[in-house]
Amino acid sequence: MLNYDIVIVGGGPAGLAAAVAARDAGVDKILILERDKELGGILNQCIHNGFGLHTFKEELTGPEYAYRFIEKVLAADIEYKLNTMVMDISKDRVVTAMSKEDGMYQIKAGAVILAMGCRERPRGALNIPGYRPAGIFSAGTAQRLVNIEGYMPGREVVILGSGDIGLIMARRMTLEGAKVKVVAELMPYSGGLKRNIVQCLDDFGIPLKLSHTVVDIEGKEHLTAVTIAAVDNKGKPIPGTEERYTCDTLLLSCGLIPENELSRNAGVEMSPITSGPIVNESLETNIPGVFACGNVLHVHDLVDYVSEEALRAGQNAAKYVKGQLSEAKADIEIVATDGARYTVPSTINIGRMDDKLTVRFRVGAVYKDSYVSVYFDDERVMHNKKRIMAPGEMEQVILLKDKLAEKPGLKKITVKIENE
Amino acid sequence: MEKRELTCIGCPMGCQITVELEAGEVISVTGNTCGIGDKYARNEVTHPERTVTSTSVVLGGDKPRVSVKTANNIPKDKIADVMKEIDAAVVTAPVHIGDIVVKDVCGTGVDVVATRNVEAV
Repeated sequence: MLNYDIVIVGGGPAGLAAAVAARDAGVDKILILERDKELGGILNQCIHNGFGLHTFKEELTGPEYAYRFIEKVLAADIEYKLNTMVMDISKDRVVTAMSKEDGMYQIKAGAVILAMGCRERPRGALNIPGYRPAGIFSAGTAQRLVNIEGYMPGREVVILGSGDIGLIMARRMTLEGAKVKVVAELMPYSGGLKRNIVQCLDDFGIPLKLSHTVVDIEGKEHLTAVTIAAVDNKGKPIPGTEERYTCDTLLLSCGLIPENELSRNAGVEMSPITSGPIVNESLETNIPGVFACGNVLHVHDLVDYVSEEALRAGQNAAKYVKGQLSEAKADIEIVATDGARYTVPSTINIGRMDDKLTVRFRVGAVYKDSYVSVYFDDERVMHNKKRIMAPGEMEQVILLKDKLAEKPGLKKITVKIENE
Repeated sequence: MEKRELTCIGCPMGCQITVELEAGEVISVTGNTCGIGDKYARNEVTHPERTVTSTSVVLGGDKPRVSVKTANNIPKDKIADVMKEIDAAVVTAPVHIGDIVVKDVCGTGVDVVATRNVEAV
């Protein structure tokens, strides 16, 4: 069996940043395991710009952002294996992996960092009626075909879902000569950034129909048409509002799901809300020495925050393998309620906490002129006005160790949204 | 007098902004709730600009395509022309981040540059 101090599952933005941080913290034997034939993860196909404004103070494309970290991994001589699938992670941190070159093998890891990312919600999870012809793609699959392989999935396109990938692909397909006829969104608001709605749809005159969904798909061999209809406030199609669009391509951009089969099999405790692991202040799961970061932990809006989170996971994993991390204890529970859907992390041990702890969360609806409030037990200690909060954007509060230390016996921190 | 309706991209508020123009000059900006909106609206109606990102064909590389971008913003009304030049461009591997794929694209003074590395095989 091979031995490594830290094994990182996934060579995307989270895995790369975690690896670099662990090396900077003085860990010698680090191994990144990557399923694809290159490092960089999903950023390689995100060729649009807008990445890195927080991290590098400039606007980069996805591949450029990824390369900033790949360069660091190469410069630090961190080992990585490509075309390698991790099959299993055990409770005592034995990682089973396989590849065409090396066959099946096992690695004993001092610490494991989960950085597998997420995947798109597929058609099967959307309950769309109609035929099952060719021509229906997730937006990310189409993105890979167009941007990496150089193939066009089709010429006449309808998009269901207004997540950012769907919006980006509306522009991308249009620039490559396709006709994007409509973007239908089930919710009364878009989950995408305003900038993308303006620059990917409005710029090209592509209509966005909110509170609309696909109610029929036609075509036996290949897609020939879809029908969309307006929905009521329960998401039920309203008869008489159907509109039929002839098309050869339907793209689905209906949400992302953290990819946690490995974590579940390992016995990692999961949050039903994020579909990611429940972690403590050190981004450590319920299994000692197993950490998580990036979209496998919770789906992020900006890659900059992924890098920042992964840095912390890498540093904490380094502390763990050096025996500098005291035993995990959940002294304080963080509860999300009244509009705040979840928090990452979920618990805090003051002894292990850094001077500052960023707690990230998302809201469940659009809130205007509302307050993000933080309670230490029953006492309100933070009350920050926000002009706007939307489910598509991550929110955060920063907790200071000093402030927590002033409240010995503190059991519960509550994050909630208040009108006043 | 000309009236233009815009959605501000400054933040998730997405204010609906109305700009009134007279002979190409901005007379008024209304509907915005902060300074970001005012600035965005004035730029957007007088000289809207965008960065264009796409891919070009690579010969002899370890990948069939190289991703590219305009190194700076180009005028919005040139997007279609710029895309034609990017689509027509063929480069030979190796190509590295920052290498020029199309020089002075469509006379904009802006180069199209590679945004990833493609090694020769």
